[in-house]
Amino acid sequence: RNLDSETTALLLRKQWALYSVTPLYKFSSAHLKAYAKLLSAYIAAEKQKGLAVEVGVELDIKVAISSLPDLKGSDQDEAAILVQLSLRSQASQKKSEQKLVWSGWFCSVCGDDLSKNVSADFTCLPVFLANGAESYTSIVGSWFQEIFDCCFHRLAISPLSLSWMAAMWTGCKVEENASAMELVFSVPNLPQSLDISYAIHPEDAKALWNTVQKTPGEITQEEVDVFMDCLYSHFHRHFKIHLSATKLVKVSAAVASAHCDGIIKFLQSQYIIEVLMLLTELAISQIQ
Amino acid sequence: MLRKKNSKTPKEPFQHHQKSQSDLSVWLKVGRIDPEKSVQDHQSLNDQENNSKQENSLEPALNYFATGKIQDRVSLKRSSALQRHLATVESVALQRGLPPEAFNVLLSTALSGKLADTVNTRLLKSLIPNSVVPETSVVSAVSWLCVSKCSSNIQVLFLRWLITVFDLIDHKEDLRALYGFFFFFLQEEKMCPYVCHVLYLLTRKENGESIQLYEGMRPHLQALLSLYKLLRPELVSITLPAKTKIYFKNAEGPWKAAIRTIRQRKLENSPVPQPLFLGTARPRSRKRKWNAQLMIPASSTNRSHLEGVMGKNTDLYSTDEYFPVELLQTFPQLLQNIHHLEFPSRMGSVLTNPLLLHYMNCTKDESVYLRLYYWLGQTLQEECTWCVVENGQNEEEFRDFLEILCRAQCFLHEGLVPCEEFLYRSLPLWDGLCCRSQILRLVSWIPLNSSFEMKSYLYDPLAQLFFTSSLYFKCSVLESLKRLLQNWLNWQMVHLDSATDSQTHSLNTTFSGLVNTVAELIHFVGMISTVALRLESNHTFLLYFILEFYETVCDIYLKYNMPLLIMPPAGVFYPVLLGMDPVNLNQFCYIMYRYRANLVAAKENEHSEKEIQQFRFSSETYKEYNQYITAMVGCLWTSNAFQKDTHPQGLQMDDELLNKTGVKEFKTSFNIVYHPAMIGYAVQFLQQVIVDASGKKWNWYLEYLYAKGLEGLKVFIESSISRVSQASHSKAGNTKM
Repeated sequence: RNLDSETTALLLRKQWALYSVTPLYKFSSAHLKAYAKLLSAYIAAEKQKGLAVEVGVELDIKVAISSLPDLKGSDQDEAAILVQLSLRSQASQKKSEQKLVWSGWFCSVCGDDLSKNVSADFTCLPVFLANGAESYTSIVGSWFQEIFDCCFHRLAISPLSLSWMAAMWTGCKVEENASAMELVFSVPNLPQSLDISYAIHPEDAKALWNTVQKTPGEITQEEVDVFMDCLYSHFHRHFKIHLSATKLVKVSAAVASAHCDGIIKFLQSQYIIEVLMLLTELAISQIQ
Repeated sequence: MLRKKNSKTPKEPFQHHQKSQSDLSVWLKVGRIDPEKSVQDHQSLNDQENNSKQENSLEPALNYFATGKIQDRVSLKRSSALQRHLATVESVALQRGLPPEAFNVLLSTALSGKLADTVNTRLLKSLIPNSVVPETSVVSAVSWLCVSKCSSNIQVLFLRWLITVFDLIDHKEDLRALYGFFFFFLQEEKMCPYVCHVLYLLTRKENGESIQLYEGMRPHLQALLSLYKLLRPELVSITLPAKTKIYFKNAEGPWKAAIRTIRQRKLENSPVPQPLFLGTARPRSRKRKWNAQLMIPASSTNRSHLEGVMGKNTDLYSTDEYFPVELLQTFPQLLQNIHHLEFPSRMGSVLTNPLLLHYMNCTKDESVYLRLYYWLGQTLQEECTWCVVENGQNEEEFRDFLEILCRAQCFLHEGLVPCEEFLYRSLPLWDGLCCRSQILRLVSWIPLNSSFEMKSYLYDPLAQLFFTSSLYFKCSVLESLKRLLQNWLNWQMVHLDSATDSQTHSLNTTFSGLVNTVAELIHFVGMISTVALRLESNHTFLLYFILEFYETVCDIYLKYNMPLLIMPPAGVFYPVLLGMDPVNLNQFCYIMYRYRANLVAAKENEHSEKEIQQFRFSSETYKEYNQYITAMVGCLWTSNAFQKDTHPQGLQMDDELLNKTGVKEFKTSFNIVYHPAMIGYAVQFLQQVIVDASGKKWNWYLEYLYAKGLEGLKVFIESSISRVSQASHSKAGNTKM
């Protein structure tokens, strides 16, 4: 599937905080406009909680909810839902003056494991990605939780999953001059935090991966372990530090970068769907 | 409307005063206690002093306004008392806000028109709540508004105040009942914009009937009409401008900023955020993650509201057909409205509502359970204090949550799936201390499931903790496993009854699976009991809990109709039999008697062809029982335990070996007289009863023991020992199966 340039522009090169979301109850993509209206009222109410809400006042936050029909893996997946909050500038009332302050989207790429277990009343969009102030994420998330009886939880990425990402993304073909692959390790149990950054030339990493991977298009845990072990032993030879005793906290590659706290940045439009597939899998395993 | 206006007799305001007096006296008491309470609130000494000073000074001020000592229309300049008290109210209001109890007095004073408008204005402006505004005070204020004692300026000011604090009023039902009164005020030119705003806040669908057409579309009326049109489109025929502009004037007045400041100050002062609002919405602490929903979500928001606002289909907007869950209070109400009930918007809220749990129990809608399970699973996973590292400080909160779950499961007589999964995931990491009682109660509600691998998920982690923890932990684990066994047995009985008609075929396979699962649990408890007795040197307390478990086990066939009979292992049997404690021995005699009753019943059923389920206990079971009974009779009656005991782990010993011990009367050291658990009774008996040489002594002794409450011993002796003649005590044997 190819994403149109408008969608990719929205998603690329932004830091997205990851959340897992349990299936939405009685959500209907036919009512997105009405949802946007309700959500904007909710945001207004939430901002001046405890005091009377000014009814009918021009709200300074505009909410737009739309669907991203191309953003899915299979036909069983629901279309992704995009929520955007924009601030109307006080000075001019022109519509063009709106400034996007927060965006978030729900998506599912090959999330059959989840959707096959639930009835038609539920909409499965297990991954939620948010960019913008946490306070907006909180309000929007609370509203969805309240209206569609679902639960949001931060989706942390384990070191094991990060090493998978490192291996997978190394093998991806990227046309332009790719930036270096970088792995960040954190040394545990120190009074002050110490991070070790390990940068590898993408060609070298790819050459190594090619010797490890047995069948193209297929990755096993064993191969990922071998790949990481090779990187570790190389590092040990030069610096006498066992990286296997530290914690992998961040992986940056040409395709995307991911942090163990649950933050992701997409860098290549043609791999967005693939990265999302892995994230969907992680989210589902957190939900079930 | 007019009639109403007239019916307001002069007496009524007077009653208000009386009422407010009694309200005040309640408040005064609270006020006195408060300073003590604030000690516990970890407030600084300074704060405390300030508080009590202010409290003390607000008291007489309120008293002054409440008792009506003020002369009518007294000038502020002339009355120093009025000046002083008014200033007090103002300063307290601005600094800390007024307590809920103060509103009735002050509103009544301000709206009664007794004082000059300048005073009334100042009073109204100082009405800054520190928590909530009681609905009763607002209702009585509206009644003052209706008697038109005060000037229109004061009326308007009151309405503006009402709009500002609307969200802080604790309930709104009675206020909504006054809808018609407010509607009447629409005719007053000056009040109209604000009344519109109040009505806008109060309007619900059923209020649509009062719509009349108004000429001259002023923006505030437009706003109200647009709301009516939204709710009851069939009643409003005029077209309203599509684009909505500012409908209501800014009604914030002088209060909004003050309320904000007081809230802010309150948050800063108290280490724990205080609840600001009553009602269902609990305040959300800023410190907590927004998505951590440990608190049970408040119920409410009707889903049909949503559909109504979406304007998808007005027919769907049918609140009057649905019975709101908030109003559900009694069981008869539940029965009456069972077809009009709608689950709350957040399923998690059913956990604290027994009536909704009832309702959930009888609904067949799968999605109801799914919604609850998703929420519960996520919450347990995220909030577990020993699985998630940063959650350490929330142990108490988590314990309360687990407590609610325990109660809900107990109420449903059924375990919830997410709790089971949570246990399997978290038990290996559990320290055995945190939320112990709740966790062990959750364990006892794990559902009976034949195909599940209980060993690695439940028994192994539990055994590890069991062996390494204190005696009391061991006892509570045994207690919880006893309940688990009982819950399983009860569950299978109920399900067997309901399933026998429909699916006898599939039942046979699964039933044997269930029996195996139950057997596995009993064997597990036998194993850990044996080890625990060794570790704790046969502690009496521990034995007591082990026997409690076997009291359920011995009666499984007769009481629960499950063909299962498992004897306790020798590691449990001998410590009880040879123990020092008569209570446990007595209890054990009773258990052996019940084993016998179950075996006898099984044997009888074997012979009668009527029994549908053809099964036999294996001859091994009978053999084991007989070995035990021989040892018991040898120990308690015939004094030949060392000769007759045939159990491989039993007491049988050569005379030669026994002679080596140097104990003289080893032969008689185990019988009903000399048994270490019984010898106390024997000594007491001899001290109390005149020694009679005849053989009746033996019977007397037995009677004496029975009279001491050893009922278990009694039923055991009467059932398992056949005495050749009542007169002769020496000739007695045991009855084997």
